[in-house]
Amino acid sequence: MADIDYKRITLDGLWHNNQALVALLGLCPLMAVTNTAVNGLGLGLATTAVLLMSNVTVSGIRHWVRAEVRLPVFVMIIASFVTSVELMMNAWFHELYRILGIFIPLIVTNCTIIGRAEAFASRNPVGASAVDGLAMGLGSTAVLATLGAMREFIGQGTLLAGAHLLFGDVARGWEFSLGDNYQGLLLAILPPGAFMGLGFLIATKNILNKRASRSAQKAAQSMPAQAAEA
Amino acid sequence: MAESAQRPWLSATIAAGVLGIFAVIGAALVGVSYVATADRIAQNHRDMLLAQLDAILPRSEYDNALLDDHIDIQAPASLGEGSIRIYRARKQGQPVAAILSPVVANGYSGRIELLIGIRVDGSLAGVRVLSHKETPGLGDKIDVEKSPWILGFAGRSLDNPPEGKWKVRRDGGVFDQFTGATITPRGVVAAIKNALIYYRSNGSNPFETASTHKEGDNG
Repeated sequence: MADIDYKRITLDGLWHNNQALVALLGLCPLMAVTNTAVNGLGLGLATTAVLLMSNVTVSGIRHWVRAEVRLPVFVMIIASFVTSVELMMNAWFHELYRILGIFIPLIVTNCTIIGRAEAFASRNPVGASAVDGLAMGLGSTAVLATLGAMREFIGQGTLLAGAHLLFGDVARGWEFSLGDNYQGLLLAILPPGAFMGLGFLIATKNILNKRASRSAQKAAQSMPAQAAEA
Repeated sequence: MAESAQRPWLSATIAAGVLGIFAVIGAALVGVSYVATADRIAQNHRDMLLAQLDAILPRSEYDNALLDDHIDIQAPASLGEGSIRIYRARKQGQPVAAILSPVVANGYSGRIELLIGIRVDGSLAGVRVLSHKETPGLGDKIDVEKSPWILGFAGRSLDNPPEGKWKVRRDGGVFDQFTGATITPRGVVAAIKNALIYYRSNGSNPFETASTHKEGDNG
């Protein structure tokens, strides 16, 4: 593997093979914690940290772990990292830890992580695996934060409420609010709002993809014509 | 792997060994993280608890180490049947207030855990919701972040309003229910009333028992 296409790996993670919008993995936390942008972002970043560490570790040991025990080994590695991340969030992001609650330990069950370990990290060098983990994690985080922002804005008329839980006291003034007169649309906060919001995001991505491929086709058709004129 | 095919026990042993090594490494990682974070986590728990207690009883009203002066009681059925911790606030040795945590109320969707502070004269110092699973936008108005409703209990006692009026308006009492949610406030009002009754029937007992606080006990 002389040349690794880092750009392709990054784009796959962020867009083409986005774990939340394309692979539709890790939807349980996606539905559960995205009632505000900060909650979504917090869990997304925790997941990204675990994904990055597990991908690097799995890749680093890929020549030593025998095929028949690889899955238990991967699960053990992931569980250890998740527990460590949970303890650290409890120590340094205590309020956010209390809000996210059970969904931090449940990162263990996020199929994205074991999926990337098995499908990518166990077959690729450490550098590529690190980029893959980071890109896949950030791709999911972007979806979590976007969905959280949508539901927060429609549901309770605020954006970035509680930003200080994640970014410290400097972020106390970041909250944007429509004011107390906004009644809020309860549906957006309740679980159905998460399904609908995710549906809209997936639809938007598909529309964008279709447009991109159409304009690529047009460009391909007009290219020979131009060549003929010349 | 022709070699391991001839000796399957060797292959299995190596696999088990690899698994075992990673189990040890994983456990070590978790152990190191635990040791590194334990003090901070304990401190966070104390800060959190103290912030909750501060909201109910200002620190100027007592001078003892409130977090360390507590007893655990077995709750009667009316308070949720779990273990309840009672923090005792004193000023110059004299009882000021008892804070019960948690008192369990029956909500629309499960347990509502309440923190209830009761002064020695039997009036409420304050009530806060510790945790609940009520419907967002409807029953969650019991949370002080969403509505000031819960603040209305401060200063109330079994004489104010009289015991028979400790109900939501719909049931003939004096406390507001919420639009679209009656069961939640009904449960909370009943739990607070039960806590007051429990306190009245136990008099000064909670203040006289020796504290069960042990070193390294973080509430």
